[in-house]
Amino acid sequence: MEPLAARSTEPPRGSAAGLSLRGIAKSFGRTRVLDGVDLEIRPGEFLTLVGPSGCGKSTLLRVIAGLEPQDAGSVVIGGRAVDELPPPERDVAMVFQSYALYPHMTVAANIASPLELRRLSLAERLPLLRLLSPRRRRVMREIMAEVRAMAAQLELTGLLDRRPSQLSGGQRQRVALGRAMVRRPAAFLMDEPLSNLDAKLRVHMRTELAELHARLGATFVYVTHDQVEAMTMSDRVALMEAGKILQLGSPAELYDTPADLTVARFIGSPPINLLTATAAPDGCVRIAGLALQAPAGGAVTVGIRPEALRIARAEAPGLLAARLRRAENLGAEWLLHAETAEGTPLAIRLTAAEHAAVAPIGERLALRAEPAGVHVFGADGRRLALRATAELAA
Amino acid sequence: MRRTRQTSEARAGAGFALPAFLLILVLLLAPLAALLALSVTDYRLGALTVRLVGLDHYAALFGDEVFQRSLRNTFLYVALVLPGAVFGGLGVALLVHARTRTRGFYEVAYFLPVTATLVAMATVWQFMLHPSLGPVSALLAWLGFGQVDLLNDPSLALGTLALIGLWQVIGFNMVLFLAGLSAIPRELYEAAALDGARFGPDRFLRVTWPMLGPTTMFVTITSTITAFKVFDTVVVLTRGGPLGSTETLLYVLYLEGFQYFRTGYAAAMTVVLLVFLVLLSILQARVIERKVHYA
Repeated sequence: MEPLAARSTEPPRGSAAGLSLRGIAKSFGRTRVLDGVDLEIRPGEFLTLVGPSGCGKSTLLRVIAGLEPQDAGSVVIGGRAVDELPPPERDVAMVFQSYALYPHMTVAANIASPLELRRLSLAERLPLLRLLSPRRRRVMREIMAEVRAMAAQLELTGLLDRRPSQLSGGQRQRVALGRAMVRRPAAFLMDEPLSNLDAKLRVHMRTELAELHARLGATFVYVTHDQVEAMTMSDRVALMEAGKILQLGSPAELYDTPADLTVARFIGSPPINLLTATAAPDGCVRIAGLALQAPAGGAVTVGIRPEALRIARAEAPGLLAARLRRAENLGAEWLLHAETAEGTPLAIRLTAAEHAAVAPIGERLALRAEPAGVHVFGADGRRLALRATAELAA
Repeated sequence: MRRTRQTSEARAGAGFALPAFLLILVLLLAPLAALLALSVTDYRLGALTVRLVGLDHYAALFGDEVFQRSLRNTFLYVALVLPGAVFGGLGVALLVHARTRTRGFYEVAYFLPVTATLVAMATVWQFMLHPSLGPVSALLAWLGFGQVDLLNDPSLALGTLALIGLWQVIGFNMVLFLAGLSAIPRELYEAAALDGARFGPDRFLRVTWPMLGPTTMFVTITSTITAFKVFDTVVVLTRGGPLGSTETLLYVLYLEGFQYFRTGYAAAMTVVLLVFLVLLSILQARVIERKVHYA
């Protein structure tokens, strides 16, 4: 008799699968959560879905996992459409924000769980009945050997007999990772896995996750609302808002050429400085010592990264006037908080050397912008392609 | 300086604890002491003289055939009711929990016997089980069991009472299990699904049953105590008969204390009943507690 669980064919070990999402739509009641999402995730890629809460990123992850059926569209994992398949047969593993470890099982049993469920038949898993199977013993020995190897890899060896309640947050996190990794799935889905950790551990786990990804070469789909996590770990980032992907690209692309005002605002810490301006009928925008040539006239929003704002030696017409409110010493650099005459807050990032020349708090500053960190957005929030940028005398 | 502050804090603490302590003393400990005191006397309700008899009552209990029989009947009754009360309650809760629109209806339906007074409902059962008028007897006859008098057959009466007891307690346990089921994080089921749990038994054994551990423990202990104290149905339906086959501990105790007015003897029985209940609770708590609390 063929064991029930052996039906699902395990993929060749260590093979990373690509994922394609085609036109995924999902509504809860009358709320549209996903609005036709298309996304190609390459094999072995670390792709982060980032966005404010309620943007649909977690729902998209749950659709991929099969925990939530989509209303329209198709999910393809490793070239196989999985829309009709329940979660166990999609060959993806998920790490939950709460870790979702089985509280009554030891660390070893938690990590062994996916292997038991896949390699033993239902009869071999049932209490009492399982004692009748001579095969079970052998399979369990193999499974425990793999569990110990996984534990060694995650530095959990000494904790195998503990229960989750006896572990720290970081250790639980590693157990959850172990449970996901042990069966070598085609893709890992991670739903805000670091948000329950304290700040220091979060920074540490960022490095560990990035290294883990490099070592496994597996496909990671990572959901977070924290742009720092998105920027530091990902190969590519998909920034979502209101059920749509606003921009998909490498962290550098999102930072250097934000396609949308929302993207510019979301990526970067401290956030980008936003100033409203009016383009002359010929499209010329004069701001912070720059003359920008926009495609047409009208109201625009100019975004200037904090590190693109520089203090001019003297006030001059065309420069941005502001008053210094506060200066924060971050050690290697300084963060200045200023305010324009209209009351718009500005953040300015300076090196310690640059800061030495800055006027005291409460004084007036004259600011000019460096063109590379300046982005102009139209009234619809989309990025405007600039025809020319000229620096005025500073 | 430090010393006076400590003593004043201690005094304030004692002051806060005093009301609770007094209530426990008056409502729990004093009656218990009175019970123990009565159990070593030959006090009869209304008697003018009281004589100490020491442990005579307890010794007599060992030779009292009625008491021994009531003890056996009670344990048998508990053994009959308990498995159904726990697993039946769990089963019903699992079924009702899976309903969405009709859930409210089933909850009310199963909970009705709990809200109904058992004495009142017992008269309904009396009619239902009546050998010539009752629909249950008619059904049994139609099924080919012949003329069965469930309440007057010595071999069936206790089992019949157990079924009525089960009917009453199952709805209450269902509500407790429903609360336990609602408290299980949905993510555990999702994690199990991604781990590869595709069958109901896997989800039940991996998540539901272990996570319901504390609830199951509570239900088991309360159901045991409820079953141990079976009384109303005995009084209304069988009065201990036929042939003493439904004489239970509480019923015999009631006869001794309130029909024969042998208060001292009844007090000794009560002490024995209490000892059983406490021992059972401790045993279950010790055995089960170690297995159900994971935090």
